[in-house]
Order: sequence, then C-alpha cells, then structure tokens
Amino acid sequence: MADKTIPRIRKATASSISKLSDKTIHTKEEAGSFLIDVANATLFVMLVIREAFSRNFEFREFFRQCFRIGNKTLALVSVTGIIMGAVLTIQSRPVLAEFGAVSMLPGMIAISLIREMGPVITALIFAGKIGSGMGAELGSMKVTEQIDAMEVSSANPIRYLVVTRVLASTFMLPMLVLYADAMGLLGSWLAANIKGNVSLTLFMAQAFDVVGFIDFIPAFIKTFFFGAVVGFVGTYKGYNSGRGTESVGTAANSAVVLASLLVLVVDIIAVQITDMLER
Amino acid sequence: MSESKAVKSVDGKERETVLEIINLNKSFKGKEVLKDTNLTLFKGENLVVLGKSGTGKSVLIKCIVGLLRPDKGSVKVFGREISQMKKNELTEIRQRIGFLFQNGALYDSMTVKQNLVFPLVRIKKGIKKEEVEERVKAVLESIGLPEVMNKMPSELSGGMRKRVSLARTIIVDPEIMLYDEPTTGLDPVTSDEISELINEVQEKYHTSSIIITHDLRCAMKTGDRMIMLHEGVVHSEGSLEEFKESEDPLIKSFFTETS
Repeated sequence: MADKTIPRIRKATASSISKLSDKTIHTKEEAGSFLIDVANATLFVMLVIREAFSRNFEFREFFRQCFRIGNKTLALVSVTGIIMGAVLTIQSRPVLAEFGAVSMLPGMIAISLIREMGPVITALIFAGKIGSGMGAELGSMKVTEQIDAMEVSSANPIRYLVVTRVLASTFMLPMLVLYADAMGLLGSWLAANIKGNVSLTLFMAQAFDVVGFIDFIPAFIKTFFFGAVVGFVGTYKGYNSGRGTESVGTAANSAVVLASLLVLVVDIIAVQITDMLER
Repeated sequence: MSESKAVKSVDGKERETVLEIINLNKSFKGKEVLKDTNLTLFKGENLVVLGKSGTGKSVLIKCIVGLLRPDKGSVKVFGREISQMKKNELTEIRQRIGFLFQNGALYDSMTVKQNLVFPLVRIKKGIKKEEVEERVKAVLESIGLPEVMNKMPSELSGGMRKRVSLARTIIVDPEIMLYDEPTTGLDPVTSDEISELINEVQEKYHTSSIIITHDLRCAMKTGDRMIMLHEGVVHSEGSLEEFKESEDPLIKSFFTETS
C-alpha cells in the first residue's frame, strides 16, 4: 500500500512542479505584456498631449466630433437622467415619510445627483456609447488602411483622429453631465408628483436651497477627467488594434470595459480629494 | 539633408534614378519577409514587381514610404535615405509620393470630394478655394467619374473606389506612384480600365511608378520593366519580353498558372 502511494505522491509532485513552472512562465509573460501595454499607453497619452499643443490644430474636426458626441448621446442621457431622478425619488420617499422628512427629499435628490449619481452614471453610459464607438471606428480605419493612407498623405493621424476625439470627449462629457443632472431633477419632480402635489418652482427652490458650490464644483471638475479617460481609452484601443476584422470588436469591447473601470477609479480618487478638502 | 540626382548606367545609357533599395531586410516575429532585396526605379518608368501572395511585395513598398521600418538596408528616395529622416523630412518626401492602397483606403466618413480635398489642402498649403474646386473637378473628369463628387465611398462599386483612390493620390501631383495590387478583386474589364488609367497617369503626370501585382494581365499592360520577387528575394529582373521567353521554372510556372 505504502509502496503504491509513494510513486503516486512523486508523480503528483512532478506534475505539480511542471504545472507550477508553466503557470509561472505564463504569469511572467502576462505581467510582461501588461507592463509593455502600460508603457505604450503612457507614451500614447504623452504623444497626444504634445500634439494637442502643436500648431495646425484641427478645429473643424474637433467641432465636428463635439457635435457628433453630443448628438449621439443626448437622447440616451435624457432618458437615463429622468429615470435616475425618478428611481431615487420613488425609493427614498417612503423612508423619509417615515421620519416626516419628505420636505428634505428635493435637497437630498439634488445632492445625490449633482455630487455622485449624475457624473458617474452619465460617464458610464458615455463610456459604453462613445468609448466603444471610438474603439470600433479607429479599429476599422486601421484594418482598412485608412490610418496608413492618412499618414502617407502628409496628414498627422494622431492630431486629426485622436487629439480631436479626446478633446471633444473631455469637453462634451461635463456638458452632458450638467444636462443629465437637470433631467434627473425633472424626473425626480415628476416622480414626487405621483404621490404628492409639488409645484416645479417649490421643488427646485427646495432642491437648490441645500446645494452649495462645494457640492457642485468638485463634481463638475471630475467630469473633465472622466471625459478624458473615455477619450484616451477609446482612441488608444482603436488606434492600436490588430489588423484583422476580429480586432475591431475586441477594441470596442475592451475600450468599454477599461474606460468604465477607470471612470470608477478616477471617481474614488476624486471623492478622496474632495473629502480631504472639505475637512 | 540635400537632394542629389543619382544616375545609373544601364546598357551603356545613363538613367536618372528616383528610388533605390539596397540590401533591404525586414522580418516579423522572426519570420524573414525581405532578404537583401535590391531594386532601382528609374525616372519615368513603370516598374512591375511580380510575385505570389505573401512574398513581401506590400512590405517592400510600405518600407519605401516609411510605414514600416526596415531591419537592415537602405531605401533612398530622390537620393535621400528614408530611415535617417526626421519626421518633418519624411512628411516632405511623402508629399512627392502617391500610394494607392490595395482596397482603396478611402475615408469612409467623408464624401468623395472631401476625400480628394483632404490631402490637397494639407500638402498644397495656402491653396485657394477656387483652385481646390477646379482640381477636384479636373481629377474626377480625368478618371471618368465627374458625377460621384458628393457620394459617400460606401455608395461606390469596387472599381469606382479604386479610381477615386487613384484620383486622391494624383490630385497632389506626385512624382513617384506606388500601386499596391491595383487590380485585386476587380473583374477583367474593370482591371483593364485601371491598367489603362495607370498608363494615362504615367503619360499625363510623368510619374515613375512601382506596380505591385500578381495579375499578369495588369503587369503586361503597364510594365516597362519587371522584377520577380520570390520568398523575399529578387529572383529575376528584366523586360516583359525577357520574362515571356525565360526558361526559368518559377517565371514559367507563374506565366502558365496566371495566364
């Protein structure tokens, strides 16, 4: 019995070692490729920033991208904003009613929307819609050699395609967040009127009574960073996609995943900084 | 970097060279695609580079315009070394080279007119609006498609896309034209039309061209001189007649299989 067990243990040990070494090599390779990816992304960001301050800025393309981004997401942001405000109101009202604090509802909703819900939910929706669009568009331009064609015709593809998209995304997201906040408050007022009868003027007066600049300014500033993150990730993934058609889908998909994740990471950093400033 | 006129002696005649590739090597992930490739393009000629798919033909012309960086060797365009150029010098040299991509590579978010204007206003800086309009009209007429000006690339057929793509390259008056498989994916009639257009471009704009192809019909219609590329090496070089009469098994098989 013992004789039979020993070889089994030995066998198991040998196979575990080989598995372990395979896993170690694989992990090492993965870590290496991750570090290379981080280095490439850093170089890409630096290149884009340098090109953004160079001469011959593509103003026309920048305004076209701003219009496209705003136009593409306006309807989606409107619906999301209204639903966000309405859901918050419907869920918070019974709790506040229990404590006889229904009059605090507009202020509470306004603070939640302006400080956190509006910026983050809009940025996540934005990452899904615009980040994936950028990844897919630039990815397909790469596959069909349009980026190469731009390069050989003396245009600078980074300046024309990337800088304009990153800046448009950085400037348009804060506008969309403001709009989403307004829609959220509207949705909240509509929901409040399901069970009560509050005038829009009174609702807004109660809402803005508790909102100060300290609620609005940090939340507004962080949306620029959210926009930049979505722009950089979307264009980086598209611009550096592979040459096959499959890579277009991969670029779009990974752009959404990474941009959403980074939006949340930037958010936690922004919240910590705001918290430190408020103390 | 100064530009020098390079001259080579061929059959006792002195000919001006516009492009010279010496011992070019390029590999991808350890796989050698080009091995000590040598090539010379003389002024005003159409040089056809023949070869099967995957022999490094497209890699060769992408090295010429600096889209790919060679591992070793020299690429001289108008006597100037491409690999040693700074970015602005490379941009300057690219303005004198036209590149027709295999699938046209038209910008699909722009109309045909916008596609044509895009390189024109960037290369001919300060060009007047009236001249832009005139050039766009003239170039579309020269390719026989004046009616497509406001159409999107997705509304065009394969042949039309190739023609518009050709128009986009010739609108900036290039001195060297690089054609990457100009007739791939086209029917024989359209292929012949594109081949004729290549000859017209050479006559009208006095360009020197490299035509990368595996289409023998196109090669015979357009080529003044031919090079056979095989497994990244220049296998043979000569005129069309010399190729036709060659007893070399590779050239023979290529002519029999593709004719």
